[in-house]
Amino acid sequence: MINKIVQSMAEAMAGIGDGAVVLLGGFGSIGQPNALIDGLIEHGAKDLTIVSNNAGVGRIGLARLLDLGRVRKIICSYPRSVDPTVFEELYRAGKIELEIVPQGTLAERMRAAGAGIPAFFTATAVGTKLAAGKEQREIAGRQYLLEEALAGDVALIEAWEADRWGNLTYRSSARNFNPVMAMAATLTIAQAQHIVDLGGLDPEKIATPGIYVNRVLHVPYGEPTVT
Amino acid sequence: MTRSEIAARLARDIPEGWYVNLGIGAPLHVADYVPADREVIFHSENGVLGMGPAPAPEEINRWLINAGKQYVTLREGGAYMHHADSFGLIRGGHLDLCVLGAFQVAENGDVANWSVSDNDSAPAVGGAMDLAVGARQVWVLMEHQTKSGDSRLVRRCTYPLTALGVVKRVYTNLAVLDVTAEGFAVRDMVEGLTLEALQKVTDAPLHAPAL
Repeated sequence: MINKIVQSMAEAMAGIGDGAVVLLGGFGSIGQPNALIDGLIEHGAKDLTIVSNNAGVGRIGLARLLDLGRVRKIICSYPRSVDPTVFEELYRAGKIELEIVPQGTLAERMRAAGAGIPAFFTATAVGTKLAAGKEQREIAGRQYLLEEALAGDVALIEAWEADRWGNLTYRSSARNFNPVMAMAATLTIAQAQHIVDLGGLDPEKIATPGIYVNRVLHVPYGEPTVT
Repeated sequence: MTRSEIAARLARDIPEGWYVNLGIGAPLHVADYVPADREVIFHSENGVLGMGPAPAPEEINRWLINAGKQYVTLREGGAYMHHADSFGLIRGGHLDLCVLGAFQVAENGDVANWSVSDNDSAPAVGGAMDLAVGARQVWVLMEHQTKSGDSRLVRRCTYPLTALGVVKRVYTNLAVLDVTAEGFAVRDMVEGLTLEALQKVTDAPLHAPAL
């Protein structure tokens, strides 16, 4: 019997190695897998590359992972927040590498990785300083940049409901990067507010089919706060 | 004009049926001024199409925010999508309009809105570059001058660029201007302002064929 539901955080984090590329779902704090981020801190993996839309707020969650010196590089679109203190301190001190990627290019690079597309052309960032070092080509009269797929060793994502096959639904705008990251990683670990019996999810509403998901941890934490 | 009045002036020009993305900051206010009887569908980059106004405190859905990380609502007929689809509709040319804030707009339609220096402590681009090249039209809503009195309408942008040649129209506290092959063309000015007075506070040369 297939059962992707794990019973403990240690089981959820098993095998995440030093140097891993970790994709973190969420847009700000909404859809962000906070329990799994705390689990990753506890697990202790270091020298990580983090891919996330944002770079952490305050001193908890992702900011704490950075503060503990576990992250070598962050790939994100928007490292600004109401309190980006930790990231900015590390960045100014030259203790963390930053790759700024336009948000749509970030999402598409992961989608491409999940779909077996090694690279694609996009008009985004043509003529800007983010085009530096990238191949540029004219196609049908318009200029494009070549962007490479971005795969993860691990994705940590948040879902609303899950079943034992790893099928997932999401809640409102908490969907955001989560389904895309689920596709793009070798090992996808989801925290879910609700676990339902197999057959209990309406197949029309499953946004991430279980083939993309390896482990599910039940984390019924209630309502998120916006940061 | 105040920032709200600029937003209201811009909202008047959005036709029924358009799909519109509003950038974070001042452009978000535009949604408040679209007449109730005109159906305009707002998109938020974090996967919301058919975004409605802020909810009453007792009706907040804590999983539903906009690109500025404020609580919003979903209108009847609204839909959610994941980030690759959300930016697919942006980059694929499906939006009729994107309204961006900006630091500078050049007379050739170049726009700078994400960074004021090459030495930013932490540059943050978000979805601005995707929106600027992806929407069918880009309008900019901004103050005509910086706080220190420098013109934001310039011959060439000096801040790091967001996109090349994409801006079609600019709404400021002083005027509405089209970006044309001949540079900025004034469509409209606040009452009592002359073209000469507007030119005095504008770095780029102005013309006004329609006035």
